[in-house]
Amino acid sequence: MKAAVISFPGSNCDFDMLYALQDFGVDAQIISAKKNDLTGFDAIFLPGGFSYGDYLRTGAIAHFSPIMSAVTQAANAGKLIVGVCNGFQILTEAGLLPGQLLMNATPGFICDEVELEIANPNTAYTNAYDNDDTILIPIAHGEGNYFADETTLDKLEENHQIVFRYVDNPNGSAHDIAGIMNEKGNVFGMMPHPERAVDQVTGNIDGQKFFKSILSGILTKA
Amino acid sequence: MYLAKIYVTYKPSILDPQGEVIKSALHRMDYAGISQVTQGKYFEVKLNAKDVDAATAEVESFTTALLINQNTETYRFDLSLVEDEVTL
Repeated sequence: MKAAVISFPGSNCDFDMLYALQDFGVDAQIISAKKNDLTGFDAIFLPGGFSYGDYLRTGAIAHFSPIMSAVTQAANAGKLIVGVCNGFQILTEAGLLPGQLLMNATPGFICDEVELEIANPNTAYTNAYDNDDTILIPIAHGEGNYFADETTLDKLEENHQIVFRYVDNPNGSAHDIAGIMNEKGNVFGMMPHPERAVDQVTGNIDGQKFFKSILSGILTKA
Repeated sequence: MYLAKIYVTYKPSILDPQGEVIKSALHRMDYAGISQVTQGKYFEVKLNAKDVDAATAEVESFTTALLINQNTETYRFDLSLVEDEVTL
């Protein structure tokens, strides 16, 4: 599997994501947001950080960076697109995922580890987890309050597009949403950071099965 | 040249956490009569356009494309004709 990790000006989790992918044997490389071609990649990762300083709104400026037309093309072609934290915010701004991430309901940056439940275990991102697993994953965000109108939320529920939910909602997200995917299931975004929970030295390996799920999905398809 | 003054605010249905925090501070400061505070964004954009209709269309276009997120925000703007800046 060949993976691209997009580096926007202000991304700061790009290397965490790169190392996590490489830990699982993925042929991963950093691609600058100034590039406009992602041909040959099976999966594209939009990492966390503060792209373009989060000016205007989180993800709003990144949406119009050159790489995003290639990301949109790849999404339409059915390639796997994964956005974590700022990457999730960028995917919603770009309209590749519905809704928007608003300022936390209680204003302020939250840096913590939170419990997540697997809302849908039959996805490319969760198939290695068990149905009733709860996992502990780090969060670090000031704008993680997932918002969508009622019609959109009903649709997300109906189509089982909600992938992860917070057990104890830290930021006011509608329906306790921590991660969602598009209807086709190939575009996914979450606020928590699974790439920070893959190595025993960090004291938490609950994110390992996230990467194992993605890998097994890609290998089955190939 | 036209000057657009653009005011962006949350739609009334959206929680504005900063506005709520400011309101509670104002109440603590004994401004008891304040019932609502919303915090928004303000932009000044200068643009060249052939007439007021063209300027209006352009402001509406770039505001919805970038300045606001239509999921949660709304906007209004004032447009005025201003002198071209003199470059020496």
